[in-house]
Amino acid sequence: MEKKTKLFEITDQEISSDEVVERLADPAIGAVIAFVGVVRGETDGREVRHLEYEAYPEMAEGTLCQIGAEIRERWKTIQQVAIVHRVGHLDIGEISVVIALSAAHRLEVFDAVHYAIDRLKEIAPIWKKEVWTGGAEWRSEA
Amino acid sequence: MKVTVKLFAALREEMGSREFEQDLAPGSTVQELLDWMLEEYPALRPYVRSLHFALNHKYVTRQTELHDGDEVAFLPPVGGG
Repeated sequence: MEKKTKLFEITDQEISSDEVVERLADPAIGAVIAFVGVVRGETDGREVRHLEYEAYPEMAEGTLCQIGAEIRERWKTIQQVAIVHRVGHLDIGEISVVIALSAAHRLEVFDAVHYAIDRLKEIAPIWKKEVWTGGAEWRSEA
Repeated sequence: MKVTVKLFAALREEMGSREFEQDLAPGSTVQELLDWMLEEYPALRPYVRSLHFALNHKYVTRQTELHDGDEVAFLPPVGGG
């Protein structure tokens, strides 16, 4: 089967979780888990109008690839990892990130996807600005 | 020697620029580049403690030595997802 596009990508286009899962297509897999991050309309009781995501794409795609390698090192049963993160202006309810993992069996995929999102927030050079009525703020996990 | 400096998020907004070229003495470190920037742009001072640094797309420490043609990025606290 022809491999589809990149497994680790920063994009300014809309993301489809189905399409990211398809990037892992392989007859040997028995389980796929997809984490879908969606823009929330409220933070700390404040109504968010939209988000602005910014990345250092040349570095971030390498960082996402590194997270994929870390996962496959820790959980030998994980076969493939794909992480696609969107940048630019995102409205409430739009998908900001999709992390998809495949394995022969379902064991460990939940732990691995948890690790993936934590690591992404920790090391990927991606920034998020919340814009609300009358103000805006860059948010970090720190 | 010349390096390219890249700025992101709050730092980019504060500086009003996403990228510039800087002449430095050979053997300069990331810290020395940062010191020079703070002298030129004191408004950056509140950001310094939380900054991380990348050299040619890899995280590095402040002690890392720079070379001609390097791309240095100043990274405020990240928070994707």
